[in-house]
Amino acid sequence: MRLSPERWAAAEETSPVTEIQVGIAELKVCRQPDRLITIGLGSCVGVTLYDQSTRIGGLLHIMLPDSTQFSNITKPAKFADLGIPLLVSQIRLRGGRLNSLQAKLAGGAQMFSGLNEKFMLNIGERNIIKARQILKSLGIRIFSEEVGGNRGRTMILDTVSGQVLIRTVGNQAKVI
Amino acid sequence: MAESIVISDIHMDALQEISNIGLGNAATSLAELLNKKVDMSVPNACFFDFEQVFDMVGGLEEVVSCVHLGVEGDVPGTIMFIFSEQSTYNLVDMLMGQDLGSTTGLDNMGESAVAEIGNVLTGSFMNAIGGMTGLKMSTSVPMFAFDMLGAIMSSSMAASGYWDDHVLVIETLFFQNNESIKGHFFLLPETGALNRLFEALGMPAEL
Repeated sequence: MRLSPERWAAAEETSPVTEIQVGIAELKVCRQPDRLITIGLGSCVGVTLYDQSTRIGGLLHIMLPDSTQFSNITKPAKFADLGIPLLVSQIRLRGGRLNSLQAKLAGGAQMFSGLNEKFMLNIGERNIIKARQILKSLGIRIFSEEVGGNRGRTMILDTVSGQVLIRTVGNQAKVI
Repeated sequence: MAESIVISDIHMDALQEISNIGLGNAATSLAELLNKKVDMSVPNACFFDFEQVFDMVGGLEEVVSCVHLGVEGDVPGTIMFIFSEQSTYNLVDMLMGQDLGSTTGLDNMGESAVAEIGNVLTGSFMNAIGGMTGLKMSTSVPMFAFDMLGAIMSSSMAASGYWDDHVLVIETLFFQNNESIKGHFFLLPETGALNRLFEALGMPAEL
């Protein structure tokens, strides 16, 4: 079942659910009917993991690809390589099953226009590549993604349907 | 980067004072550019948590424009100017000599206009500090973005290497005539850089 943005809005009105906010370098897990939302993904990447059979979902907001170049790590959810395994273990703690997890990715945009060497390192792109790599190594399938480009995104996971809504400025919301 | 660094009150005050002079100069340039009076709040130098930096400007999903410049030389760091959506349009109108309200969207011309304002403001800010301290600084080409506040600021900080949970921020608010323009200025110095600034002011800090 794929809800159109209009149906999504209608469903929202009839059954109010708790929307749990996930900040930068954070991760949260919840079960149906709650929703997880992370606002303003730029070069950051949002990763949702969802177990259809138990309707448990998790959302992670990563900022950087690789933790190995840092010594003092206070927020593992900031990094793709630490955050994704951590999210998986949190979901399993809540009763989710690894082999039925499906992933969705959003973000990894290049927000700024104009040439600058530091920005040429394109963190967004590297976040996407690393997230895909880590998911693959854990045997988790990427169901869909909305990545790259140059727009900021807000990502919402609905744990009832497993659908992810992507909001951008000046465009219609999109379900992936 | 800013791990467990304590800057004494005296040095914080000095930072605030020097920013005040630099930004005063920048506000004057903006006033000349727009041919209108520009006011600014007293700059605030402080360590902030990531989330607090966003809260200073507005909601994470609010549309803003951002001019981002890298500072190189004796005091390396990052400078960001952030204007609210309406302020961005008002800035373009004032710069082009149009009636307020004429601009309702941003084209390439508007983008360049706002980026150039950021460039001019940064230049006069750094000239004032350079003139006072004898330090040499230059900026990279301005980068521009117009989108959700959260997306822009997090990307900007990630790209400039501010990966800590706490960042030292020097912040002020520019406004013109009942807030028809409201803009935030952020200076994020690299840690070693500050030391050189304090030394140049004759008050070396033990960082």
